[in-house]
Parts: sequence; C-alpha cells; structure tokens
Amino acid sequence: MLERNDLAIKKIFSRPKSLRDMQTHYCAGCGHGITHRLVAEVVDELEIRERVIAVAPVGCAVVAYDYWDFDCSEAAHGRALAVATAMKRLRPQNIVFTYQGDGDLAAIGTNETIHAANRGENLTVIFINNAVYGMTGGQMAPTTLIGQRTTTTPKGRQEKIHGWPLRISEMLAQLPGVKYIERVSLHTPSEVLKAKQAIKQAFKNQIDEVGFSLVEILSPCPTYWEMSPPEALEWIKQVMVKEFPLGKIK
Amino acid sequence: MMTKRILMTGNEAIAEGAIQAGCRFYAGYPITPQNELTAYMARRMLQVKGIFIQAESELSAINMVFGAAAVGERAMTSSSSPGMSLKQEGISYLAGAELPAVIVNIMRGGPGLGNIAPSQSDYFQATRGGGHGDYRCIVLAPSCVQEAYNFMGVAFDLADRYRIPVIVLGDGMLGQMMEPMVIHSLNRKAKGIEKPWALTGCQARKPNVIKSFYLKEGDLEKFNLKLQKKYRLIQQKEACYEGLFLDDAKTILVAYGTMARIAKNVLYKLREKKKKIGLVRPITLWPFPKGIFQQLSVQRKRLVALVIEMSYGQMLEDVKLCTDGKIKVEFCGRAGGGIPTEREIIKKIATL
Ligand SMILES: Cc1ncc(C[n+]2csc(CCOP(=O)(O)OP(=O)(O)O)c2C)c(N)n1
Repeated sequence: MLERNDLAIKKIFSRPKSLRDMQTHYCAGCGHGITHRLVAEVVDELEIRERVIAVAPVGCAVVAYDYWDFDCSEAAHGRALAVATAMKRLRPQNIVFTYQGDGDLAAIGTNETIHAANRGENLTVIFINNAVYGMTGGQMAPTTLIGQRTTTTPKGRQEKIHGWPLRISEMLAQLPGVKYIERVSLHTPSEVLKAKQAIKQAFKNQIDEVGFSLVEILSPCPTYWEMSPPEALEWIKQVMVKEFPLGKIK
Repeated sequence: MMTKRILMTGNEAIAEGAIQAGCRFYAGYPITPQNELTAYMARRMLQVKGIFIQAESELSAINMVFGAAAVGERAMTSSSSPGMSLKQEGISYLAGAELPAVIVNIMRGGPGLGNIAPSQSDYFQATRGGGHGDYRCIVLAPSCVQEAYNFMGVAFDLADRYRIPVIVLGDGMLGQMMEPMVIHSLNRKAKGIEKPWALTGCQARKPNVIKSFYLKEGDLEKFNLKLQKKYRLIQQKEACYEGLFLDDAKTILVAYGTMARIAKNVLYKLREKKKKIGLVRPITLWPFPKGIFQQLSVQRKRLVALVIEMSYGQMLEDVKLCTDGKIKVEFCGRAGGGIPTEREIIKKIATL
C-alpha cells in the first residue's frame, strides 16, 4: 500500500492551528479576516499559542475571540491597552497583544494608547487603519482622508471642520517608551507578506522584552468605502498610502 | 501573623486590609479625599511584590482592574465621587463579564466637582448599579477604621465567590480620620476559590474567553436571567446590619457609615433620658437588609423610622420601599459639606 509519504505530495498550506475552522462575519474584501490569519500564522510559527492572551476591541473585530483559538478577552471601546497593561504586568510569562481599529485606538482610546506606549509596556499592538468606523456603519474615523465621504462627512472630510487625518503612529514614534512601529498594507500579496513580517517582529520584540511594538495595517473596507474589493485595494495603493506612507516608522 | 494595635487613617486601613486580603494589583488616579490610600498602595505593593500603577485616568484604572481580574488576580481601585462617575463604564463591563474586583469610593460632595467634604451622595450610584445595564454591585459600608480594614477581606471573598464587583463605600470623614485599630490576617484566599475561567494561556486546556457581548438572539436575555438568579441568592444570603435596642424602641434611627456613629451618640444620650430609641445600621447597602425593616413594620405599627444621611434622602427610598407605608418614615439629612449634628437630630426626634 502506498503511504502518503511515498507520494511526492507535500502539504505546504493549511489553516493555522490558532485559527478556528469557521466562517467569519466579515464583508467580502475586508482586511480583518486576512489580518486575523496573519496573526494566527505568526503565533503558530513562534510557538506561543499556549502563552498568548489577546485583547479584542469594540469594532468590527469584536468577536475575534470566536475566530482565534487561544485565550482572549474583550475590552470596552478604546480601553484595550489599559486591560492589556494589567495582564502583562501581572503575567510577564504570557504574550499579550491588543487588536484595535482606528476609532478604538486613535479616538476614544487615544489616552489609553498614548500612556501605555509612554510607560513602555512590553506589549504588541495590531492596529487596523481602515479610515472609517466599520461597525457602526461607516462614520468618519480620525484616520478618514481629506475629501473622503462617510455618513458623518456627507460632503467629504474638510480640514476646516473636521481637522486632518490623524497619524497616530508618527505621534507615538516620538515617545521613548515606543521601540518599534511599522506601517504596512494589505493591497497586494507581497504587501501582505510584508505585513506578516512586521507582525512577527512585533511579537518577537515582546518575547525578547524589547518593549512597546505596534504595527499599523492599512486595511480595505469596500463596504463603507462604497467600492468593489479590487477597487478598494487600488484605492489604498493610489490614495491612502500618500497620507499614510508605508515602512518602518521607528 | 501576630496581631498588633496601631493608629491609622481609614484610607490606610482600607489599603492595608486589601494587602492582607491578598490583593496584588492596584491602579488608581489621584483624587481627594482618598489620596493616602493610593500612596499607601504605592509603597506596600513594592514590599509584597504586587503591581501598583498610577493610571492616566479613572477610566484607565478601572479597565486595568478589568485586565488584572481577567487573569485571576485579586485587584482593586479606589477613588472619590467624580472619579467614580468615570469608573462606571468599567464597573458595568466587570459585571457583564462576571469578573471579581473591589472598588473603593471615599465619597465627597457633589454634583459636578462639588467639594472635598465628606458626603453620602453616591448611594444611588453605588446601590443601583451605577453604569448601564441590569446589574448590581455588592456594597459594603464600614463605619470605623477597624471595620474599614476588616471589610476588605469580606469584600474580596464576596467578589471571588460571586464573581461580582464589590464596592466599599466610605466618606471623606472615614477616609481621613485616625483611629486605633488591630491588624490581623484577612487572607482567606487559602481556603481557595478556584478561577478556572481566568486567562493564563491555554496550556493543557481549551482557550478561555472573557466577554460581556451576546449578539445571538436570546443569549443576552439568558445571561441576564443568570445574573438575576445570582443577585437573588446574594439578597437571600449576604444582607447584613447592626441593630441596637430594637426590642423596645419606639423610634428607630437608620443610618450607615460615619452618619451611624453620630446617630449612635444621639441614641445613647437619649437612652440616658429613658427615651425609647433604637438603631438600624445597614452594613450591606446592597443587598439592603430588607428583612429587619419588613419585620419591624409588620410587628410594630406605631414605630417611627428616622433616616439620617449626608444626602438629601437616598437610602430613605430603600427604607420606604421595605416598610411599604406600614410605618411612618421621617428624614433628616444634609449634604454638600453639611453633616447633620447631634443637636439637629435630637431636635428632629422631638418633633416626631
Ligand atoms: C462607549 C462606546 N461608544 C460607542 C460605541 C459604538 N461603536 C462600536 S464600534 C465603534 C467604532 C469602531 O470603529 P473602529 O475602531 O475604527 O473599528 P472598525 O469597526 O472600523 O474595525 C463605535 C463608535 C461603543 N460600543 N461604545
């Protein structure tokens, strides 16, 4: 009888152990599903699944704990980094990370974000910048681009009324407690691979006790950008990266 | 450990009580009149190798406590009235995620920024839930420095047993006042309440999730019914009060915390004059000790209850609810820095 090993077939792609075998609730073309998978792959590759504690946001990714197969907590809207701070201080042996949207991390939770960063908490932050509030139906986010139409900026975001897109990663990079910040994107497969490398770096930093590490991910939201999924990827490439340049910030 | 008698403020006694009860995480934000508590914790947590964090706000502090409770640690925060308003979001989430935690409120005058004088004006906020949703916190009201210390052990045990936030409600007077007290061990943690639900990493078990979010139809109602069942159990088992001269009293003073001490002085003064005065001092404000009021109002129709508070009548509503119109309920209260004096109370009693 032929054994599987006798054949020239090798399994080179499968579902990460840290990702449950189920359908997500995300819209077609959404970046959350891709990012969940990247996080799961990195957790598997670093063999930290049994040490991880994730803190999920309030936002479209609120039920990330249904998809990841490791310990997870909810946090109130914007408070993920306060919750994570206590967890990591009490259990330095665990790997604690937050996963947050731009409304969560850079509007309602700005205070918690800045102060956790400034204390130099040894945490990993996965920051999804989709330039809108997804969960509540596509309102303006702090990251919404000038001219971008949302339900609360019907004529497009205007500097005079709404202020400018907030580059919180660049702001955080000023703080001595922050050790690593990189902005990545999901608009092509090669960018997705770069995003994974950055996520891996941010987790490695925690393992090596380097300190506060954040990866900002430009992530498509076709539904509230009112675009098809390919158009959304093109919009990131042509428009969004001009406001939010990719690469290592610190 | 040896017991020893020392002089302490209420704020410090609460902090030491928490340490003795095995609390190893504290986060807080400065606010008068409870700053001694935070400073004491900053020193003591270093000695016991616990974690102390001065948070950037009360909002952050209570969410840090959420994180600490989620990983299974005995955790607490403290504040005073304006800070308690900010903590309500986190307390609602603690209730919703069924996490144990202890929250101390050393009340000051309100509303708004108010002042830093002692007050009991946050009774509604503490006993009605305070934040959004159908939830309750157990509320303990110490009335002297020794009780402030002792109740911390009780508070952490109740929090762990019922997986519920417990509020220790004092006022600025209790917090600032120095009294002799006895330090003794409060750590009954050894008796062991296991926390298999805590987030510690999923080694050798299935992943744990801490959450308060129930989106599927019917799930949240089911969860709320479970909470209600727990609250009924707590009401049956944990209500607690101190009663004095209830057998022959014709007038019953009802007061808690610092106010109860003034009421007691009045009671003893009038007893010397052979006046039939009694006292009920609720120790748990939630669950409110309904039973004694129901019993008294059924047995003794001509009884008068005089509720005395440093507020304009908050606990008064609970006393009225429990006595259900069967006996006369009168009120004497001041707030915003005013404290009903013995003379005022005696004058009021004379009019009953
Ligand atoms: C205190 C509070 N305010 C408002 C909301 C409503 N709300 C839920 S998610 C959200 C914004 C989410 O946007 P973002 O963080 O950018 O994440 P996304 O949904 O786009 O992934 C808001 C305002 C809430 N749940 N709690």
